[in-house]
Amino acid sequence: MIGLNKKDFGLFLIVCFMALAAPILLNPFPVDSAMSDFNAGYPALMQKFAIFGIVVIGFNILFGLTGYLSFGHAAFLGAGSYAAVWMYKLLSFNVIFAIPASIIVAGLLSVVIGHISLRRSGIYFSILTLAFAQMSYALAYSVLTPITNGETGLQVYNNDPQVLMGEGALAEPHLFGLNLNNLTKVQVGGWEFTFEVGYYLCAIFLILAFYMSIRIFRSPFGMMLRAIKSNQNRLNYTGVSPKPYTLAAFIISGLYAGLAGGLMAAMDPLTGAERMFWTESGEIVLMSILGGVGTLIGPILGAGAIEYMSAIVSAITSADLKSWFGWLPDWLETIVIYVLYPFVGKGWHLTLGVVFMLVVIFLPGGLVEGGQRIGKLFSRKKPATAPGGSATPAE
Amino acid sequence: MGILEVKGVNKRFGGLQALGDVNLSVQENTVHAIIGPTGAGKSTLLNCLVGKLIPDSGSVMFDGQSVLGRKPFEINQMGISRVFQTPEIFTDLSVIENVMIPCFAKRDGAFRMHAIESVSSEKGIREQAETMLADVNMLDKRDMHTASLSRGDKRRLEMAMCLVQDPKLLLLDEPTAGMARADTNNTIDLLKEIKEKRNITMAIIEHDMHVVFSMAERITVLAQGTPLVEDTPDNIKGHPKVREAYLGEAQV
Repeated sequence: MIGLNKKDFGLFLIVCFMALAAPILLNPFPVDSAMSDFNAGYPALMQKFAIFGIVVIGFNILFGLTGYLSFGHAAFLGAGSYAAVWMYKLLSFNVIFAIPASIIVAGLLSVVIGHISLRRSGIYFSILTLAFAQMSYALAYSVLTPITNGETGLQVYNNDPQVLMGEGALAEPHLFGLNLNNLTKVQVGGWEFTFEVGYYLCAIFLILAFYMSIRIFRSPFGMMLRAIKSNQNRLNYTGVSPKPYTLAAFIISGLYAGLAGGLMAAMDPLTGAERMFWTESGEIVLMSILGGVGTLIGPILGAGAIEYMSAIVSAITSADLKSWFGWLPDWLETIVIYVLYPFVGKGWHLTLGVVFMLVVIFLPGGLVEGGQRIGKLFSRKKPATAPGGSATPAE
Repeated sequence: MGILEVKGVNKRFGGLQALGDVNLSVQENTVHAIIGPTGAGKSTLLNCLVGKLIPDSGSVMFDGQSVLGRKPFEINQMGISRVFQTPEIFTDLSVIENVMIPCFAKRDGAFRMHAIESVSSEKGIREQAETMLADVNMLDKRDMHTASLSRGDKRRLEMAMCLVQDPKLLLLDEPTAGMARADTNNTIDLLKEIKEKRNITMAIIEHDMHVVFSMAERITVLAQGTPLVEDTPDNIKGHPKVREAYLGEAQV
C-alpha cells in the first residue's frame, strides 16, 4: 500500500493516528485532577513534539543509517528559522513562502558543511560539524548582525517591506489566511482538548517526514547507507563511491532540520542565534540515541520523551512535591522531598541524565528496544529470528 | 598481451624498496599465482593493482586501460574484484543483502539515487543474488545475519559478492590464510569449482604451497620486491632459485 509493505504500512498508520489524535491522547487526565500537571496535550508542547520529531527523523537518516554522527544539526535548524523570518519580513506572513525558503536555505548550507566535513569520518567528522555549527552560531550572533539582528534576535517590524501583504492582512503567521494560532477547545466531561491549526500543520509535516523516511529506509539508497555504516572498505572494493551517498544523506537530514526550523518560525515568528548553539545539536543526538538509533519510530519516541521531560518535569515545584507526599509521616516526607527535589524544576536535566544513563546501559537499542522487550513478554509465539536480531532494521 | 599487464613497477617506502622493477602479465582465463616469502612485496603489488597504493614509476594496464590514479571503486567498475585475506563483508546486513549490493553497484555504477523505490520491488536484482547464492550453496542461509556465519561461509559469501559482478579479473589475497587444513581444502574446491563453471581469470597471492600447486596454471615468484621467475607449476617446483628464496621452507 502506497509503496509500503504491510508491516511498514501498519506502523505508518499508527504514527498518523498518534499525530492526529495527539490532543486527545496526550490529555489523559481531567483538568481538575491532581494529575493534570502531567497532561502534555497543549499546543506549545505538541508543536515541539512534532517539530523535534521531524529533526530527529532526518538526523536518523544520517546517523542511524550511515553511522556519521553530526554534532552540528542545530545550524540547519537555525538557518531554516532565519530564512522563514526573512520571508515574513520581505514577502508576507503566509508560511507558504517561509517554509520552502527555510528548507532551501538549510539545504544549501548542508551542501557546504557536508561537502567539507565528509572529507573525514568518525570523530573528526563529528568535530568538523561541531566547529561549523559553532561558527554559524558566532556568525549569527555577531558578524552577520545585519542579517540576523545579532543578540536581539530576528523579528518582523512595522516598517519591513512585506511586499505581498495586502491591506488588513493577518499580522501573524498564517496559511492563505488561516491563522496558525486559531484553536478550538472541546470540553468532554472533566476533560478539555485543544485543537490548534499550528499543531496540525506540524503534524502533517511530521507524517510526511515519517513517510519519506520509511521509503528511504527501504530503498536501495537506504541499503547503501547501511552498507557504509557496516563496512566502507568493502563498499569501495564493490564499485560504490561512499562519498556521494553520505553527502546525500547529510543533505537530506539538513533539509529535514531546515523544515523544522521553518515550522518553529511558523509557530512563533521570531528567532535568535541561540537556536544554533551546540547544546541544541547535542539535544538532537540525545533524542536520537534515547529513542533508538537506526529505527524508524525511535526518533519520534526520543524527541517526545525529552521534550516531555523538559516541559513537565521542569514545571514541578517543591509545593507540588509537598502536596503529593503530604500523606507520608513528616520525617519520611522531608527525606523523600529532599531526595527528589534536585531532580525536578530547574534540575530536570538531572532526571534526563539518569534516564539517559539507564537507557544506554540497559536498553542499548533505545526506547524501541524497551518496547520490543515488553512486546516479547506478552507474545507467546517467539518470532524465529537468527541470533543477532533480524536482518531488517526494527521499527 | 595479457588482460593485466604490469610493467616496470617500482614502489619505495622511505628507504625500503618494496617493489623493484616488477613485470607481470596475467593471461585471460588462467589462474595466475604470485608467491614469495614474507616481505617479498606481494601485498604491496596487490595494493598497486586495486588503487590503494600508487607506484612511484611503471605502468599497470588492465584490459587496455591504465588503472594508475584511479580509486578502488573505479577499478572495480573496470572489472576487477578483490577477495580479502580476512573476509570483508557487510556484517550488519543479511546474507542476501550482502550479495544484492554488488548487483546494484554493477547495474547502477558508483552512485545512483534510488531513494524512493523499494528494495523489494527490485525482483531482477534479488533473483540474480539468489542464483549466485545457490551457486555457492548458501541459498538456505539467505536471510541469516552475517555475523552468525562460520568463517568458511563468510569466505563463500565474499566470493559470491565478487563473482556476482562477473568480474574480468578476480584478485585473491591469501584466501586461505589462517585456515585449518579442512577449511583450506574446502576453499580450494570452491575455487576450482568456480574456475570450471565460469572460466574466470584469477590472480592469487598465496603463502600456502598446497593451494598454489593444486590450482595455479602460471606462477610468479617474488623475492625482495623483484620477480625471480615466472613459469608453470611443474617447472617452479624444482627451480633452484625458488628453493633458495624460501630457504627450503616449501614442502612440496
